[in-house]
Amino acid sequence: MIVRVIALLLWLPMQAAAQGFAGLGTDAEGFAVPTPDPAFDFPQDHGPHPEYRIEWWYLTANLTGPDGTAYGVQWTLFRSALAPETREGWSDPQVWFAHAAVTTPDRHLVAERIARGGIGQAGVTVDPFDAWIDDWRMAGPSFDDLTLTARGNAFAYDLDLQATGPLVFHGENGFSVKSAQGQASYYYSQPFYEVTGSLTLPQGDVPVTGAAWLDREWSSQPLAETQSGWDWFSLSLESGDKLMGFLLREDDGGAFTSATWIASDGTTTAYPDGAFAAQPLDWHEVAGRDVPTRWAVQLPDKGIDVTVQALNPDAWMALSIPYWEGPVTVEGSHEGRGYLEMTGYE
Amino acid sequence: MTLTALTALVSHWRSNRLQFFAMIAGLALATALWSGVQAINAEARASYDAAAATLGEGQFDQLLPRSGDWIDQSTYVALRRAGWQVSPVLEGRLRTEDDRVRIVGLDPLTAPGAIAPVGMQEGANLGDFLTRGVLFAAPDVAEALESAVSQRVIPDPSVAPGVALTDIGVAQGLLEAEGQLSRLIVARVQPMGLPDIATVAPGLVLQPAQDAGANRLTDSFHLNLTAFGLLSFAVGIFIVHGTISLAFEQRRAMVRTLRALGVPLNILIALMIAELVVFALVAGGIGVALGYVIAAVLLPNVAATLQGLYGATVAGTLQLRPEWWLSGLAIAVLGTGLAASGALWKIARMPLLSSARPRAWAVASGDTAVRLGLVAGLLFLIGAGIAIWGSGLTLGFALLACLLIGAALILPLILRGAVTLADGLAQSAMWQWFWADTRQQVPGMSLALMALLLATAANVGVSTMVSSFRVTFVDFLDQRLAPELFIRIDDAAQSPDLEAYMVEYASEVLPLLSVETEIAGVPTDLFGVRVGPTYRENWLFLDETPNVWDRVARGEATVVSEQLARRADLWTGDRVTIAPDLTLPIAAIVADYGNPLGQALIAEPLFLDLYPDTVPLAFGLRSDDPAALRDRLTEDYGLPEAAITDQSRIKAFSIEVFERTFTVTGALNVLTLAVAAFAILMSLLTLASIRVPQLAPAWALGLTRRKLGQLELLRAVVLALVTTVLAIPLGLLLAWVLLSYVNVEAFGWKLPMYLFPGHYALLTLFALLAAALAALWPAIRLARTPPSDLLKVFANDR
Repeated sequence: MIVRVIALLLWLPMQAAAQGFAGLGTDAEGFAVPTPDPAFDFPQDHGPHPEYRIEWWYLTANLTGPDGTAYGVQWTLFRSALAPETREGWSDPQVWFAHAAVTTPDRHLVAERIARGGIGQAGVTVDPFDAWIDDWRMAGPSFDDLTLTARGNAFAYDLDLQATGPLVFHGENGFSVKSAQGQASYYYSQPFYEVTGSLTLPQGDVPVTGAAWLDREWSSQPLAETQSGWDWFSLSLESGDKLMGFLLREDDGGAFTSATWIASDGTTTAYPDGAFAAQPLDWHEVAGRDVPTRWAVQLPDKGIDVTVQALNPDAWMALSIPYWEGPVTVEGSHEGRGYLEMTGYE
Repeated sequence: MTLTALTALVSHWRSNRLQFFAMIAGLALATALWSGVQAINAEARASYDAAAATLGEGQFDQLLPRSGDWIDQSTYVALRRAGWQVSPVLEGRLRTEDDRVRIVGLDPLTAPGAIAPVGMQEGANLGDFLTRGVLFAAPDVAEALESAVSQRVIPDPSVAPGVALTDIGVAQGLLEAEGQLSRLIVARVQPMGLPDIATVAPGLVLQPAQDAGANRLTDSFHLNLTAFGLLSFAVGIFIVHGTISLAFEQRRAMVRTLRALGVPLNILIALMIAELVVFALVAGGIGVALGYVIAAVLLPNVAATLQGLYGATVAGTLQLRPEWWLSGLAIAVLGTGLAASGALWKIARMPLLSSARPRAWAVASGDTAVRLGLVAGLLFLIGAGIAIWGSGLTLGFALLACLLIGAALILPLILRGAVTLADGLAQSAMWQWFWADTRQQVPGMSLALMALLLATAANVGVSTMVSSFRVTFVDFLDQRLAPELFIRIDDAAQSPDLEAYMVEYASEVLPLLSVETEIAGVPTDLFGVRVGPTYRENWLFLDETPNVWDRVARGEATVVSEQLARRADLWTGDRVTIAPDLTLPIAAIVADYGNPLGQALIAEPLFLDLYPDTVPLAFGLRSDDPAALRDRLTEDYGLPEAAITDQSRIKAFSIEVFERTFTVTGALNVLTLAVAAFAILMSLLTLASIRVPQLAPAWALGLTRRKLGQLELLRAVVLALVTTVLAIPLGLLLAWVLLSYVNVEAFGWKLPMYLFPGHYALLTLFALLAAALAALWPAIRLARTPPSDLLKVFANDR
């Protein structure tokens, strides 16, 4: 069965998918491994790094319709390499897949695509910037000026993205440590996109405006074997400051946390394990499992003590790799909105 | 106590080894026939399910090149980048050392679910499939491929026969078709708001998903085989019933004694049931194994038959599928239960002190025969009711059951009648004794004779059906494949020029003009035909009015297919609206087996009036020398070789392949007769021992043992003859129900029934031969009975 084949594909090299997309297994055989003190080279590094096992262009957007309704949009292109090289034609070991979603307070529409590199069906070029799979595209003249499109059976969107701030680098200048054993990835973001555009929903087209956050990350063995899943928060506060924090859950119940505080001017403060904390407050049953869709989140160093609540608790990505991803609202010491991704909930 | 009782019960089998053998063998043979037929069916079905799944044929819409054989890979990428969820397929033949393997290249990442049943086995992951190159093929194909390709070949029985599945990229390499694709599979669900395919890929045509119409004929064949399997099993059950009844009758004395000694009845019954279940399982197991052998021997033929007939490929190798060996075991146990229930019931109701006369069952009075005859009459009445008022496949089979069981039950009465009649005509005392003795034998042999009746009737029925099928099919082929050559071109602009050229060299040119339309609400292919000798001479009709082709040629009438006629409830003479302003009377109905669409034919000029823009892209050519015409077309005119099909060869091949169906049917015929003969043999053998007291007086009166033996043989042949003569009309009735009732219910078309007297004569001969062979050994044994045994009868006279 092809379904089985695909499941196998996604399972074998991406065993850790259940743990988070970071996972392409925990060994890096033959693939390059991120090292500290990276020297990024742009626009080249906006493009693919085939010598690493896994990479993504991960965009989430918090949008608002004319009547004030909140919407969330996700567009993610993953690159998953079967071998650390590229080849022309079908034998290219670079497999691309993508997820797209639109979340409304009561609907969550998703779609996915999968394709092989080497034949032009999917890929990323840097000059001009163009990331595509089938007809889904994130294309600019440049990384700062992008058009984003995707289409599923019951939704479509067409958004214009303008960057209003600099790129930000997580961890130590973009070297983001993921476990106490030293697993790490290269990780930078463009969290300052202003968005205008329209969503096509089953009931019709909706013009929207809002903000988007683009994550770029690549690695070959980002998770430790003992890590079972992750909870990732990207919060945009009304003050203009932003917080990226994640929690890598350990099998033994412990967690490894990491966070980046992004001031409104783009200056960052990176926090090591333990500075950032998040505890589930409410669990919601979706797709036959319990997922925490309300969280208490703290970053005491910046006086953050907020409650993060899912806009739509049913934002389950029922795809080949199932996970939860959806827009959230922030209340408490600070107000704001953002996105939450949770993986590894069985 | 239980153990002792069991030992006592089992001891019966120890002293009656032949009976034990008869029961086990009868049950095993019955199960073997059933499971053999089931195995063939299951295997064939599984194979073309796999084939259909592998090829994605029928299930999905497909995009094919409008002209040429290839789709450029860039067209695929363009469609994907326009949002169309399509998946590429590349197919081609790869030559191996002694054969050609069909390579099917797929892209597992984009293929819609369930399209490629590649059983990913240990050590073969998708990474290898995508990057290193792995081929999956049925074990025999895999073996052939090993030497032909450098890639790893993994045997996988779920892959369709003759096919190797691999990644699209590997296929392009193997077939030397870089950048080329054969077709695109269109996923059922597509994203919203896509651009028109024609604007993205103008060079492709959409071929809609086909319904299961192509499988219809194959299903018909399988239905027939299943019916045959059931009949065979019924024959087997009669044997088992006979043996078990006999054994139980003989054990009445033992049962009485055991009960008198204090063994409770329920324990006794439970022990007997347990004993029977063990026997059924053992015999069923043997039967399933035998069935496997039968299927394995017959399968190459069945595979070839189906492949040639319907283009459905069947794996030539057999797998032990749980569905048929389980069903085989189940039916063995069920059949034993059915056969034994009556006997057990009698034992349960037997008064403790009743006499245990073992001959009671065999000398059943004429009343029993009359009672059975009454039941049979009732069954015939029900059957007639179903035939007149019933509809539906289940009732069709119920009708078959009524017929068969009724015929079996009425047999003793008819045999008695026949023997009584003969008795009245007999002159000498010896013959009077012979007939009287025969009459007395009838109840004892009636079960075996019922088995013979059913076996012969089933053979007559199935042979009639298959032969009728063949005659129809050959006519159909003659009609449809009459033109020796068939030309198909892609370029409409080439059509007039080519036609002009062909008219010059072919004896008759038949352009194939057709449009898809709807007539009387039925989706129909409307054909414009050039009426000429070919149509006049080759077309046979199911029903026709005078001067069909003259009227069609003048544009005054149409010919429609049976499917269209039945679905629209029309027949010859009715008027049918072909187009908004064209209504024609139906001049004839033509058979169009297995086509899910309707068909209607009108004259070429009329067709061109209706559809002036239609240009024929296909032609049938008549020629006395097709080979020369073919050469001329390719070498002189420059038509590509692939555009020409040699229909005479296709026809010859199809007919040859159909002949193989007969091998299968013939083999099954012989087997059922063998089972029936076995039943006769066993009845006679068991009767022989208890018949000595009846024969002793005849011997004492001067009949030699040799003469007695001859008379025994003659008796068996006479009884078999009467049975067989009865079996022929029963078989024909069976065939009629299968062809005119079951087939119509199942598939919507009726097969005309043809009679084959020669074949029936042969079958009768076989049946008599089988009966004679079965009676031979008991007769010889009788002829060699020591006189002392015969004398003892008088000494021990009760």
